[in-house]
Amino acid sequence: MGSKVVVGMSGGVDSSVCAMLLKQQGYDVIGATMQIWDPEEGGAGREGSCCGVSAVEDARLVAQKLDIPYYVMNFRDVFREKVVNRFADEYLEGITPNPCIACNRFVKWEALLNRCLEIGADYIATGHYARIIKLPNGRYTIRHSLSDSKDQTYVLYSLTQDQLARTLMPVGQYEKDEIRKMAEEFGLSVAHKKDSQDICFIEDGDYASFIKSMKGTAGTPGNFVDRDGFVLGTHEGTARFTVGQRKGLGIALGHRSYVCDINTTSGDVTLGTDGDLYKTVLYANDINMMGVESFDEDRVYTGKIRYSQTSVNCKVKKIDEDTIKVEFEKPVRAATPGQAVVIYEDDWIAGGGTIIKRQ
Amino acid sequence: MDHIYLDHAATTRPDTASVEAMLPYLNGEYQNPSAIYQPAVKIRAKISSIRADIAGFLNTSPSSIFFTSGGTESDNWAVRGAAHIMRSKGRHIISTSIEHPAVLNTLKSLESEGYEVTYLPVDKNGIVSVSDIEAAIKDDTILISVMHANNEIGTIEPVEQIGRIANGRGILFHVDAVQTFGHIPIDVEKLNVDFLSASSHKIYGPKGCGILYIKNPSSFVKILYGGSQENGMRPGTENVPAIMGFGEAVNIARTRINDDLAHDMKLRKLFMDKLTEEVPGVKFNGSKESVLPGILSVTFEGVTAETLLIILDSNGICASAGSACAAGAIEPSHVLMSCGMDKESASRTVRFSTGRENTEEDIIFTVKVIGDYFRGRSKS
Repeated sequence: MGSKVVVGMSGGVDSSVCAMLLKQQGYDVIGATMQIWDPEEGGAGREGSCCGVSAVEDARLVAQKLDIPYYVMNFRDVFREKVVNRFADEYLEGITPNPCIACNRFVKWEALLNRCLEIGADYIATGHYARIIKLPNGRYTIRHSLSDSKDQTYVLYSLTQDQLARTLMPVGQYEKDEIRKMAEEFGLSVAHKKDSQDICFIEDGDYASFIKSMKGTAGTPGNFVDRDGFVLGTHEGTARFTVGQRKGLGIALGHRSYVCDINTTSGDVTLGTDGDLYKTVLYANDINMMGVESFDEDRVYTGKIRYSQTSVNCKVKKIDEDTIKVEFEKPVRAATPGQAVVIYEDDWIAGGGTIIKRQ
Repeated sequence: MDHIYLDHAATTRPDTASVEAMLPYLNGEYQNPSAIYQPAVKIRAKISSIRADIAGFLNTSPSSIFFTSGGTESDNWAVRGAAHIMRSKGRHIISTSIEHPAVLNTLKSLESEGYEVTYLPVDKNGIVSVSDIEAAIKDDTILISVMHANNEIGTIEPVEQIGRIANGRGILFHVDAVQTFGHIPIDVEKLNVDFLSASSHKIYGPKGCGILYIKNPSSFVKILYGGSQENGMRPGTENVPAIMGFGEAVNIARTRINDDLAHDMKLRKLFMDKLTEEVPGVKFNGSKESVLPGILSVTFEGVTAETLLIILDSNGICASAGSACAAGAIEPSHVLMSCGMDKESASRTVRFSTGRENTEEDIIFTVKVIGDYFRGRSKS
């Protein structure tokens, strides 16, 4: 019998094909769906989310079709504590966290991997569009998927060397169309399922209502101000806003206005022009080094400050043990505290961290 | 792979005789028992004779036995119906915190309709105190509902004493006996119950069938409306094959109830001895004396039930823990937490429930698998 691998199955086409590929490659495959959120608590459970009852039913059917054991594992406590509560707390602090990164780091890898090792597995596998490789320097890193449009490396930058050594991502070797085709050829019912989108535990992207229902507050109420501190109007709470936001501000100024800064102490939300959002320098902490042990100050890397952004040339300087300064060749738009900056060398991740400020 | 089935409290493998009793009614004898032609009359007579068998088994008359779709329907019917007929007398109901969801959630729905429910706590062994019940009774108490034995820890509740109290105070008394019917002798007269729920699939019969015992059907109400089946109390064309299989299962249970108990008792002792010997830090939950011997609740040290159940499953051993959410993930048990256990310990607790087909070898192998797992962990 081959090595034992637990595949995290969301009921979607990517993780289903992931399980299928590994089984074909001779692994001893176990399917598992992580139950991370109670649909009754809102959000998840709707079509396309990864932990609703229908997702579990799809995953279970695929596992039966592949003739592999299948389990639903309960990760609600860790998800609530490390992802949802953190998300709400940080939003209230004026920070815009990326819950998918937190979920990958604390739930999918720390918690799932540990549990899988406990049941005797050698690896975990996921349906991410990314490739894990070992570099000549002996370090593991994550390389762009062959399917450029689906590249998911950005949300995986926080994986440690030990975690990478025990993780398989076979889907990254293929294009999305090929994955769908394989699913179809094998007769997997999920071949044409829609991709999941957006934050799984919040319905309709209404973060403010969610945070209010979780924490009883939507942040500090206060004023909209311009760059010079001139009061433009009032708002009901800072948690309604994120840096770079234009829509749904609840104020009409007759010209396009964007959130440029949020002060959760005073309640001031600074509005400005799109141009005000562009900066060339940012600082980040909570650094995870991946393909290299440390950044080379003289080297030109590329950096990405959000999932969908194209990477921009940059230089990286270590400020202290856990803080870096990233200087881009040209200004980047709306580098937002709480989001990740991921630094690439060629098409693989050198390292990354959490943005703390920009200037 | 041959499975070792240690989840008899969840459901049982239908007895071959029970399956065979059903087959004619899945094949040729399909007529509607309400019809006037003779093939139908024959089926209806057979249902009557099974009703009489079950009544005899419970020491009551056939007119008090009503077939339902199972334990959940019986619990809903008894609790909701009792609340309804007594509503002019009062709105207060007494139950316990460890009831099955079929009772607990029916009570919750009644609370939203203006009834008041007292959920009594249990001691660390899962036993409700008779004096607590007595103390909880108010002028407007109309119903007491207490399970006969708990499905997760096997603890048998003092229903006979509770029945005496309820009877003396003119309060209706419902017993959810889904876990005990066919496993320990039940005499509804002795228990002083007004309603008793039982199920077929927990006693080696088919799923989808059960009974509600109703002491005074003439003063009770139905909750489902339709045709005149079950003496007008429970409409819907009878689930004939299941009733046939259930009847056979009851007859088998009646003849071997004491042998079954002795068998489970022997396996329980072996299980506890072996686990204590081979697995460090195991703790057994529930009462030592007042317990269904087939249910053994064990808290393990340093490993979650979820992990241990997967290890057992990958060795072909079926056991379970707590309850499952809609999606199928394991939740820490409300029963264990009601017994004063913290959530973390509850999440390390597994329920093994033995039954007729289990052998001593099954138990020895199961403990070996668990022991090997712990030994492997302590090495690495």
